[in-house]
Amino acid sequence: MEYFIQQSINGLTLGSIYGLIAIGYTMVYGIIGMINFAHGDVFMLGAFMAMIVFLALTTFIGGVPVVLALLLMMIVAMLLTGLWSWTIERLAYRPLRGSFRLAPLITAIGMSIALSNFVQVTQGPRNKPIPPLVNGGITIYGTNITVAYKQMVIMFVTVILLAAFWYLVNKTTLGRAQRSCEQDRKMAALLGIDVDKTISMTFVMGAMLAAVAGTLYLMFYGVISFTDGFTPGVKAFTAAVLGGIGSLPGAVVGGLLIGLIEALWSAYFSIDYKDVAAFSILAIVLIFLPSGILGRPEVEKV
Amino acid sequence: MADVQKIEPDSVFAKAVKEGLLAGALAFGLFFLIVGFRTDQNIRNELVLNQRWGLLAIFVLVAAIGRFLLTAYITPWSEARSKNKRAAVEKEQSAFRKSFPKIGLGLLLIYPFLVILILWAYNGSIMGGLQGSLKYVDNFGIQILIYVMLAWGLNIVVGLAGLLDLGYVAFYAVGAYSYALLSTHFGLSFWLLLPMAGIFAALWGIMLGFPVLRLRGDYLAIVTLAFGEIIRLVLINWTVVTKGTFGISGIAKATLFGIPFTPGPTGFAALLGLPNSGVYYKIFLYYLILLLALLTAWVTIRLRRMPIGRAWEALREDEIACRSLGINTTTTKLTAFATGAMFGGFAGSFFAARQGFVSPESFVFLESAIILAIVVLGGMGSLVGIAIAAAVMIGGTELLRELEFLKRIFGPDFTPELYRMLLFGLAMIVVMVWKPRGFVGNREPSAFLHKRKMVSSEFTKEGHG
Repeated sequence: MEYFIQQSINGLTLGSIYGLIAIGYTMVYGIIGMINFAHGDVFMLGAFMAMIVFLALTTFIGGVPVVLALLLMMIVAMLLTGLWSWTIERLAYRPLRGSFRLAPLITAIGMSIALSNFVQVTQGPRNKPIPPLVNGGITIYGTNITVAYKQMVIMFVTVILLAAFWYLVNKTTLGRAQRSCEQDRKMAALLGIDVDKTISMTFVMGAMLAAVAGTLYLMFYGVISFTDGFTPGVKAFTAAVLGGIGSLPGAVVGGLLIGLIEALWSAYFSIDYKDVAAFSILAIVLIFLPSGILGRPEVEKV
Repeated sequence: MADVQKIEPDSVFAKAVKEGLLAGALAFGLFFLIVGFRTDQNIRNELVLNQRWGLLAIFVLVAAIGRFLLTAYITPWSEARSKNKRAAVEKEQSAFRKSFPKIGLGLLLIYPFLVILILWAYNGSIMGGLQGSLKYVDNFGIQILIYVMLAWGLNIVVGLAGLLDLGYVAFYAVGAYSYALLSTHFGLSFWLLLPMAGIFAALWGIMLGFPVLRLRGDYLAIVTLAFGEIIRLVLINWTVVTKGTFGISGIAKATLFGIPFTPGPTGFAALLGLPNSGVYYKIFLYYLILLLALLTAWVTIRLRRMPIGRAWEALREDEIACRSLGINTTTTKLTAFATGAMFGGFAGSFFAARQGFVSPESFVFLESAIILAIVVLGGMGSLVGIAIAAAVMIGGTELLRELEFLKRIFGPDFTPELYRMLLFGLAMIVVMVWKPRGFVGNREPSAFLHKRKMVSSEFTKEGHG
């Protein structure tokens, strides 16, 4: 039982990161119905930004308190990754809006290839290890279950961000504009909502969450490489689909589920096949629930 | 351009300056960290920062000046041009364009000999011509034709039946591994295993197709992607059979009616009294893949006229209408998956015979993405367009390997290979933004009333099935 709880905690940590990335996929899909394939690489870019900020801090200033360092890494990574995402949407996706459905998918795949190779060219192909930022953990009284401080940081940041995000989507003008664009873009435009701006902001928000996920990923694993965008990206997308694409709570639930499946599968069965397990469960869930766990069933209009 | 500037000479210029400055500022924000600093490992394996402000300045300047030129000169010029163009009447298709498929086919048929002849004339000896042509026949001819064949195979699934498949490379892998395993363990010949690999891949297509019958659009896309990844991960981890990431090497070569392409006395060269060279096998492979690709094209063209092909296209256009007309969508989808997968399997076994080595490295998602990109860039459903797209994208990236002269400009540390995939990705974006409907934006109709009019692909739906 202790082992199970321990592994579940590990899974939820991983799942939080997937959930944060998955929100970016699901929001973009909800508004413009496009799979933003480059999102995984935006996540990787965010992690690289955080890594460079960390190195700049240690090189130019010296010892910075860990909390401050983490905060700075997150904020700078969020701002710059948001800027990247805004530019990407502007240059590669907006010209194709209203074109047929596969066109933006292909540019997104092209952007994904270009981004990861751009990082490879500018930063070199090797893994980038950083010294551990947060050490230690606590053991829950009377058991052998330990929760590392870095896991607590990940969960804490995720909860805070999700709360802020929930507020943004449900209580602000921007959130209302987003939800209206999701329902009917043309009608929203007729009612005076700046659809282009709303879509841009959606990309920026998704990228910011991905940048935070990247920072947390870097802090947790202590290493990042230019290829690290693909697998977490695909997993997060899997999570978004599993939860029901277009549904924000679904993305979080899906992310946590994928994280749990991965951790428990590696704990009880074979670590080599953990990705196979995640993908198989995706296929099985979709066969029985074709629109995901929390997704609305597609209505066919004739 | 001239009259645009006459009307508002200051405002265009001022706007261009402003936008240029903005673009510069944006580029500074984007590249400040990722280009301005480079992280490298020092001797203790710690990361250290190197500053590259010069390179950052170049990036910013290029963005600013590029944007300035775009706003000030290129946009007004292209607007004026498109205004003039609109007035011109649409021309009839030229004779060259009409007979392009025949010309292209003829060129493909004589391509290896053409290369040898040119190199013969260039080098002055037949051996020079033979050896020099190796690179062109192998890297360009065979490589491009493999992708042409794969893209034509995927076109059946995506272009005709409208099922978005992001895991096509799985069937390629199934074909390659069936040949590799059956030939190394049982010593079966290529000609027996080629159809078998196709059948295996088709069976896998049906097996993977069954669970996804109910899924549509993007759900289908992600599940096919997942299947592609599952097959690759199994190939990596099932080390007892597949030898994992080491791959399977020493796979038997294909033979021509039992004549092996070996240097010995029974080999092809000795039997025909030709000088020894590895090029005959390459030329043989070239014609083999050309034949396989043409088979794919022929089957596609024939199937489009048969009830099943009509059903595929009906499925692509409107699944509900298709179902209400009594078409069995289950078998229609499964046959599309199976047929597409079969050609992927053929291509896979050819790939194994050509390389003599297979490993999971060759079957990553990137390959699926490249094949899908070729199909879409070629204009979905147009065979000629797909062939052109494959030649441009694959040939273009192969050409980048040849750009040794760039080393003389940028110094010996410059490796053009590094930029290959970066440019490939950027090319995908640029081509898509420039021509969203692909290189060949219209196609022959499958069924028509009275007159065969070209259908613009604007009217082709896709990926809803």
